[in-house]
Amino acid sequence: MSCDLWRQWLDVYVDESSSAEESAAIEDHLRICPSCTAATLARMQLKRLTRAAAAGRYAPSPEFRLRPELFQLIEKGVEAPPQPLWKLRWVQGLAGAVVALLVVLVSISAWMRHSVRDQALAELLDLHVATTASTNPVDVASNDRHTVKPWFQGKLPFTFNLPEPGNSSYKLLGGRLVYFRHAPGAQLLYDLRKHQLSVFILQESPGSTPPATGVTTSRQKGFSIETWSETGLRYVVISDSSPSDVHDLSDLMRVAAHQ
Amino acid sequence: MPLFASLYNFAFWLAQDQAAAEDLVQETYMKALKGFSSFEQGTNFRAWIYRILRNTFMTSQAGLKASALVPLDGDDDRPVEAGTETGTHVTPESLLLARIEQQQIQQALEQLPVAFREIILLCDVEEMSYHEIGLALGIPIGTVMSRVSRARRAMRTLLAVRDEGVAE
Repeated sequence: MSCDLWRQWLDVYVDESSSAEESAAIEDHLRICPSCTAATLARMQLKRLTRAAAAGRYAPSPEFRLRPELFQLIEKGVEAPPQPLWKLRWVQGLAGAVVALLVVLVSISAWMRHSVRDQALAELLDLHVATTASTNPVDVASNDRHTVKPWFQGKLPFTFNLPEPGNSSYKLLGGRLVYFRHAPGAQLLYDLRKHQLSVFILQESPGSTPPATGVTTSRQKGFSIETWSETGLRYVVISDSSPSDVHDLSDLMRVAAHQ
Repeated sequence: MPLFASLYNFAFWLAQDQAAAEDLVQETYMKALKGFSSFEQGTNFRAWIYRILRNTFMTSQAGLKASALVPLDGDDDRPVEAGTETGTHVTPESLLLARIEQQQIQQALEQLPVAFREIILLCDVEEMSYHEIGLALGIPIGTVMSRVSRARRAMRTLLAVRDEGVAE
């Protein structure tokens, strides 16, 4: 680029209105061009002299007074232009506070849901332990599902299916009526390689059963727990057996529920 | 009043008359207060009020006369032709400018066409950015760039004539 073209950029450069890239390019040229460097210095000097000569050069006469109408206008109050609602500071503050409150509420709600669920599972775990420790763990002792299921008739406000034994390793020991949080439910007891597994079937209602969506697995005090909800019933499988054993029995229960 | 001193100084440079400058400032504040609802909060207040003053001047008798006297020959966005400045290559400008006194600068400013004078004042005295100048004068940045360049060249020409007696 010739000096004539560079000269077009010198005022922009002196006024610090060139971009970083443009400034760098101009400075590169100035390093090798004494003529443009002199022209740049002259522009800077003129700018400085102009400011010194013109800034504050004129002031109003001592008699000068602003018109009374101006002060009347100021006293009436300058009407600020209406701002969009979202731009107002107090609205922004309020919105921030609401968002913060919602976050806190959602967090508390989530924590409470977890807390309620954990508490409910702990109570069912206690029931399972108590059952396995009992000398009479079941009310109806039978490995025949056609005996166990009818036994609950008239005792529960709901019904459920039991899995077919088939080639399954799970052996039905029987069932018993339980009361969990003031509502009747069924507890089925299965045996798998000397391990006992409880299947709780409870009516789904807020506060009485562990609230959760989908299949949830957990471990409490060494016990494996799997729970899910289906057709208004809450299923909870608990055992000291491995999580996979609990999961397999859960799968059998889910298949039976669809039959 | 905000910006009173600098607005008055600018008004005087434009109007070149004390009474006219005082009226211009009064009128500017009146318009600003009455039309404050048109000012968009968060935008550039300085550019906004300078624009009011400048438009008030340009629509006054003195302003119309001043702008009609010396037409700008198309400063649009056209790049400035370089290399036509007096003494740029003959005499180092910095040496020349070093001998120039304040009064000569003031006289040169007074002789500039009003469009050049106002842009020099906004750029060099008020130290506005090109963006702010664009807002105050209601022209695009490209025009600001070319007009600043032309105004400075005109200044240099006026000063060179005085100092060196060399006509462009």
